[in-house]
Amino acid sequence: MNRAWVTIFKRDILLALRRRSDVATTLFFFLIVASLFPLGIGPEPAVLSSIAPGVLWVAALLAGMLSLTRMFASDFSDGSLEQMLIAPQPLPMLVIAKVLAHWIVCGLPVVLLAPMIGLQYALPNDALLVLVLSLLLGTPALSLIGAIGAALTLGVRGSGLLIALLVLPLYIPVLIFGAGAVAASQHGMSAEAHLSLLAAFSLLSLVLAPFATAAALRISVE
Amino acid sequence: MCIRGDRLLFRHIRFTLKPGGLLYVLGDNGSGKSSLLRLLCGLMQPESGSICWQGEQVKHVLEVFQANLLYIGHLNGLKEDLSPIENLQASMRLAGDHADKPDVLDALEAIGVGRCANLPVRVLSQGQKRRVALARLWLTERKLWILDEPFATLDSTSIDVLVARINHHLNNDGMAIITTHQDVAISAQSTQVLRLDI
Repeated sequence: MNRAWVTIFKRDILLALRRRSDVATTLFFFLIVASLFPLGIGPEPAVLSSIAPGVLWVAALLAGMLSLTRMFASDFSDGSLEQMLIAPQPLPMLVIAKVLAHWIVCGLPVVLLAPMIGLQYALPNDALLVLVLSLLLGTPALSLIGAIGAALTLGVRGSGLLIALLVLPLYIPVLIFGAGAVAASQHGMSAEAHLSLLAAFSLLSLVLAPFATAAALRISVE
Repeated sequence: MCIRGDRLLFRHIRFTLKPGGLLYVLGDNGSGKSSLLRLLCGLMQPESGSICWQGEQVKHVLEVFQANLLYIGHLNGLKEDLSPIENLQASMRLAGDHADKPDVLDALEAIGVGRCANLPVRVLSQGQKRRVALARLWLTERKLWILDEPFATLDSTSIDVLVARINHHLNNDGMAIITTHQDVAISAQSTQVLRLDI
């Protein structure tokens, strides 16, 4: 079981390395959207730092959405998904491998880039730290929940919009607590409660989402 | 019975495959050959009726059944950006088999695509891609092979090689279910033909 899990994970990472433009799209989208706001709103540090938590979190969330449709689409069209479904392995484990690979390719770079963008918004150091922590704890939930949407919309025309309609409402708690954590630390309060809730949300999605995704994949392939 | 959308594809189908047995599934395009194979693999569920493996319903012994199954559908299941070796190693490991590089190379040689072993799959021709997918037949010891149009897009030399491989499998008490349009000479101990166009 373990080997199959590792195989899928390694294969997806290798594919991402062979096709770097896909990774770059997500990252550039995040970079550009987050950089446009200071240009549009003006250089007033007080205004920028007050909108920063929300803007950065929304940008990260939308950047993650961009790559969701690709999570299972190529496996579906080239037939490797069928092979995954008939492999004598628990499908939810294979789903976790795919989601982990997706997060490392699309989520982690955003987390690492965020403090640099945060500087444009005149965020103080401790708020930057909380921003990175909140993204680190929250983005796995985005990938896990997104996987359900990606699996449900496989083979559907115009799946990009449909996925957004399905998944964005489920992202709301992550957005609220993520941006809330950064805002709390800006106002000198402890961000611990927000971060704990984000971690709890990610853990809950880790338990539930792979099963939902596996079920959705079986329906889509049938 | 199998229903796709609101269309009835086939019903009243019954067959038993014994070790060494071969089942040809024939029928026009759209008659439900691929659907039947997907039902047998467990990728789809029949509307009514049951599919059994060694007397047990497949859905109850799914992992045991799938550990004995090799399915190659009309899609090759290859990643365009990976080489044939990487593709085969990944799909063998996913299926729970060992796949050492020399063995994979031998398999690719056997079906005549050894030269392309390290090229990305996207530069191969349709026939070569098909042969890479079929190279899995040389790498595994699964009892039941389910092959969807294995001979399509292959040249006559490769067809002969593939037929020899299937014969070898059947003579070693393997089983095979194949859809095809071509006339090929496979010598099984028992050959059944299932026609889907009623």
